[in-house]
Amino acid sequence: MDKMPKWADVVLIPVISLILAAILSALVILGIGEDPVEAVNLMVTGALGSTYGWGYTLYYATNFMFTGLAVAVAFHARLFNIGGEGQAMLGGLGVAMVCLYVPWPHWSLALLGACAGAMIFGAAWAAIPAYLQAKRGSHIVITTIMFNFIAAAVLNYMLVNVMRPEGSMDPASERFPEAVHLPTLHELLAPIGISFSKAAPANISLLVAMLACVVVWALIWRTKLGYEIRAYGHSETGALYAGISPVKITMIAMLISGALAGLMATNNVMGEAERLVLNSTEGAGFIGIAVALMGRSHPFGVFLAAILFGFLYQGGAELALWTSIPRELIVVIQALVILFTGALDNMVRTPLEKMFLAMRKGKA
Amino acid sequence: MDFLTIIQVLDSTVRLATPLLLACLAGLYSERAGIFDIGLEGKMLMAAFFSAAVAAVSGSVWLGLLAGIASSLVLSGLHGLASITFRGNQLISGVAINFLAAGMTVLIAQDWFKQGGRTPSLFAGGRFEPINFPFAEALSGVPILGPIYSELLSGHSILVYLAFLAVPGTWWVLYRTRFGLRLRAVGENPAAVDTAGVSVVGLRYAAVAICGVLCGIAGAYLATALQAGFVKDMTAGRGFIALAALIFAKWRPWQAMWACLLFGLLQAIALRFQNIDLGGVVIPVQVMDALPYILTVVILAGFVGKAIPPRAGGEPYVKER
Repeated sequence: MDKMPKWADVVLIPVISLILAAILSALVILGIGEDPVEAVNLMVTGALGSTYGWGYTLYYATNFMFTGLAVAVAFHARLFNIGGEGQAMLGGLGVAMVCLYVPWPHWSLALLGACAGAMIFGAAWAAIPAYLQAKRGSHIVITTIMFNFIAAAVLNYMLVNVMRPEGSMDPASERFPEAVHLPTLHELLAPIGISFSKAAPANISLLVAMLACVVVWALIWRTKLGYEIRAYGHSETGALYAGISPVKITMIAMLISGALAGLMATNNVMGEAERLVLNSTEGAGFIGIAVALMGRSHPFGVFLAAILFGFLYQGGAELALWTSIPRELIVVIQALVILFTGALDNMVRTPLEKMFLAMRKGKA
Repeated sequence: MDFLTIIQVLDSTVRLATPLLLACLAGLYSERAGIFDIGLEGKMLMAAFFSAAVAAVSGSVWLGLLAGIASSLVLSGLHGLASITFRGNQLISGVAINFLAAGMTVLIAQDWFKQGGRTPSLFAGGRFEPINFPFAEALSGVPILGPIYSELLSGHSILVYLAFLAVPGTWWVLYRTRFGLRLRAVGENPAAVDTAGVSVVGLRYAAVAICGVLCGIAGAYLATALQAGFVKDMTAGRGFIALAALIFAKWRPWQAMWACLLFGLLQAIALRFQNIDLGGVVIPVQVMDALPYILTVVILAGFVGKAIPPRAGGEPYVKER
């Protein structure tokens, strides 16, 4: 018998964790001499009060959906992929190559090409740690961390020595041609009569991210492969007994994870910057960890958590603009969310389980 | 490349290896006791900030060091709480600690000093000064041995010597004391330790606390000896290089020292010569940056001797009932 009803596990625990994180964040804001209520007001108006705010919130959310899904898929196979950051960086490299070196006639084809490039590069970057985990038992957490640093060095090298246009001091690639410009939400919504901010970077890759959520959901819960991934995640020996190959599942789960992380580049590199710059990922790969934990590794949960973190990011930028609270407040909130939903999960869970058990005994 | 250049590169190798070594030994205690710690980076960063902040305000570098150790210990306590008491995921806890430190240091720095997330520069008294060995000045003229004595061995801050003394110290604690035996046992087979009537929880907390103290010293060294003050994200991945060194050394103290010196040398070379020209083949600086990580992956892959972590590492211990 389950200790807790399912809704408590899915909804109550993340919500309580979030409230705990929010209370501590409020204390931090109080501690540096600002008013938490005022801060929340500013964040809400800044991130959700205008289509400009929404445009940024959704832009960040798109990044976090991809990286959150990447971490979530790996979690299902009980693999902890900290390498989303590096995989997204390499995805950016893939997107930049596809956009710069292929003459695309139309953005829609370019988007398909960029998706393929991003997925291949992201998956390739995840493939080596996956292979080492599957075949040689090297701990995937350590190897993916190392690969993040190696990815940063690779990107640095490519931008400084290979892709930088002649005469430019800036370590960045050339601007992508006009033909691969992805339509922003403004351009998408204007024909159907909805006016959306022109300046905001949210673009069509938001739809790609939402599609990815649906595809991942179908993959994990509606296919044989998804069943095998979950079975392997629940019990390696059980899966082995059922004839599921650990090597195959580890490889496939990590390749999918890396491809999803890589896909993020369609948003930040192709959709927003329209060229490849250093540190284009801005830590989104790591936020994916918080998003996946918060969303309980379910694509719909990831979708909601990504929007929440998109709101926090845009709200945090507004706070930094109007108050003396630096942007790093968001990093603290992110840390607290990871702490409560991930590491201190049992602290929240155990008392709740006891409470539900007591209630059930009371009824019976 | 003349002899003096080599001495200078080795000298900066020692300086750059020191924080790595302290953090690496910190991780060694924790991981040998079965608690994975990828939060070394965060603890160092927190300690770097608080040591610089307190040293700047009080003017005493020793108070700064204490504050650094204390702040690192707080994060260690959090890691212990999450991974020992509540049996949470140690890796996730480490990730959270890294972010907590990255965010809190800038937040508090901005609130206290209003200098864009840094502390004021530290002057005399607020920094660890180099210690000059006796006759260092007089002997520097002696060929070969003179520069080695006066440049390479003499003239470092006390924390450098402390870090290198901690290597035999750690070896002795780990392999020659009862505490060390139990510490290693709790990382391999906690159930056996428990059966022998020794507290698994107590031992693991002790290991995590030692880890906190060493990370605290490492952070304080960064901000008050290697540099003069705290700047945002000043650890710059050193916690992860230390982790890499720990794996490279296969969780053993002497080897940890050599690994840290090797990685320190790579940093020193990258700092001094941007791109290296080896007879026509140019090695770009990015290769030097990435080399510690690449070497670690190669070691982890088991192509050059397999690195096997402590058996109970990462597993919370659940007492049988």
